[in-house]
Amino acid sequence: MLKDFFGKKVKVINLGIASFAEDLRKQGVETIHTDWRPPAGGNKKIQALLDKVASWQSKVKSAKGAR
Amino acid sequence: MLIDIQQANANAIAAIQASQPVLKGIGTALEVVPGMKKNLILHAGPPITWERMSGPLRGAVMGALIYEGLANTPEEAEKLAATDKIEYSPWHEHDGVGPMAGVGTASMPVWILEEQKGGRKTFCTLNEGLGKVLRYGAYSEEVITRLKWMETVLAPVLKAAIPLAPEINLKNMIAQALQMGDEVHNRNKAATSLLIRELAPAIVKTSFPEADKARVLEFMHSNDHFFLNLSMPAAKMMLQAAEWIEGSTIVTTMCRNGTDFGIRVAGLKERWFTGQAQIVKGLLFPGFSEEDCNPDIGDSAITETCGLGGFSMAAAPAIVKFVGGTVNDAMNFTRKMYEITDGESQAFQIPNMEFRGSPLGINLLKVCEKNLLPQINTGIAHKKAGVGQVGAGLVNPPLKCFEDALEAYVEKYCKDE
Repeated sequence: MLKDFFGKKVKVINLGIASFAEDLRKQGVETIHTDWRPPAGGNKKIQALLDKVASWQSKVKSAKGAR
Repeated sequence: MLIDIQQANANAIAAIQASQPVLKGIGTALEVVPGMKKNLILHAGPPITWERMSGPLRGAVMGALIYEGLANTPEEAEKLAATDKIEYSPWHEHDGVGPMAGVGTASMPVWILEEQKGGRKTFCTLNEGLGKVLRYGAYSEEVITRLKWMETVLAPVLKAAIPLAPEINLKNMIAQALQMGDEVHNRNKAATSLLIRELAPAIVKTSFPEADKARVLEFMHSNDHFFLNLSMPAAKMMLQAAEWIEGSTIVTTMCRNGTDFGIRVAGLKERWFTGQAQIVKGLLFPGFSEEDCNPDIGDSAITETCGLGGFSMAAAPAIVKFVGGTVNDAMNFTRKMYEITDGESQAFQIPNMEFRGSPLGINLLKVCEKNLLPQINTGIAHKKAGVGQVGAGLVNPPLKCFEDALEAYVEKYCKDE
């Protein structure tokens, strides 16, 4: 696999920090940037709270659908 | 509880869209503002005590006490302000809003807005202009003299003129101003001109002395921010329509008192969630540095909460000359705000985005999930009482307000999940 990788034209999909994509573009590397951030900025407490809301809403929608 | 958040939020946004604030008149705060008292000082932002107030809010309180005749000197005012003879309360808890320090007292004239179909009213003081003004914490003689002129000449003339003018629908006027390059928070040039166009013939028809009428028109003409004190209570009225819809995660208030930033959420009735007010980054007047700047202050973020201001900066590219950044930044701020809102305004359209409706209805859940904060543009006050405005710039709320609100929401609605 690595043998196939070297010596070929690299195309990059960059996730997250935009300056990484900019640096690659400046070097002539074909790059697509995706403005991705981890959910809740990676804050596990907030993610757990959001999961509770999502779980509740899933039940609400099921109950309404069952009516 | 069988509450569908999506539906609750759709109901909240529909209520905001349906609201039609119109200009009803001008009154004296003591007579028209709910709960107003002679010893009560209304202020911007969430509740705060004298001990925790920042310099500009303290300065505005001192100036207001002198203006009301409750103190003769700044020293007397400062002593009185710290006693329990003076009470403090947020404008937001009295159906009103105040720009910057936002101080309102019993004798001050206020705009009265009313829902077109009748019913709810909102209030705001009249805009004093830029520079050394009470709302930026200045309290010198020129500030008090101007406030007295506003009480004795400006307000009576406008009060007499409003019934003689055609009904002014402020939502329509804001919508027009967005087509003319305003975002009605830090750029109110077009909206002020539109207001003058409606009121000028009526002012001329009043029976006041010619010199007074001329001075009123000159005062409005010389102050590009004159309309701000109407865009704010108009936004307040629209957002109040979404209060307090059970289960809704739409943010109905964002405001700051110079110490704390506070938010309120439709489904969490009357509860404040606060965090530290941030330092504003922007363009400062000559002779000032970031060291001089007070943290974020004022109720004017009610415009952003309603999809205006920083949320509509794409409609007002010229504003970057006042608050900093580039035209591309202004476009991007608006684009980003669609990520944290649930709707698009039917009334407020952005011409250079193919007349797309401005991002409306900040969803608490989206702010937390995307870790993306509302974009606000704002004036900057000097941190010391008595100095006034030092610039304008861009700022975000602290994430803590939203995280605390989310925690309270889960506690109220779904803690057993």
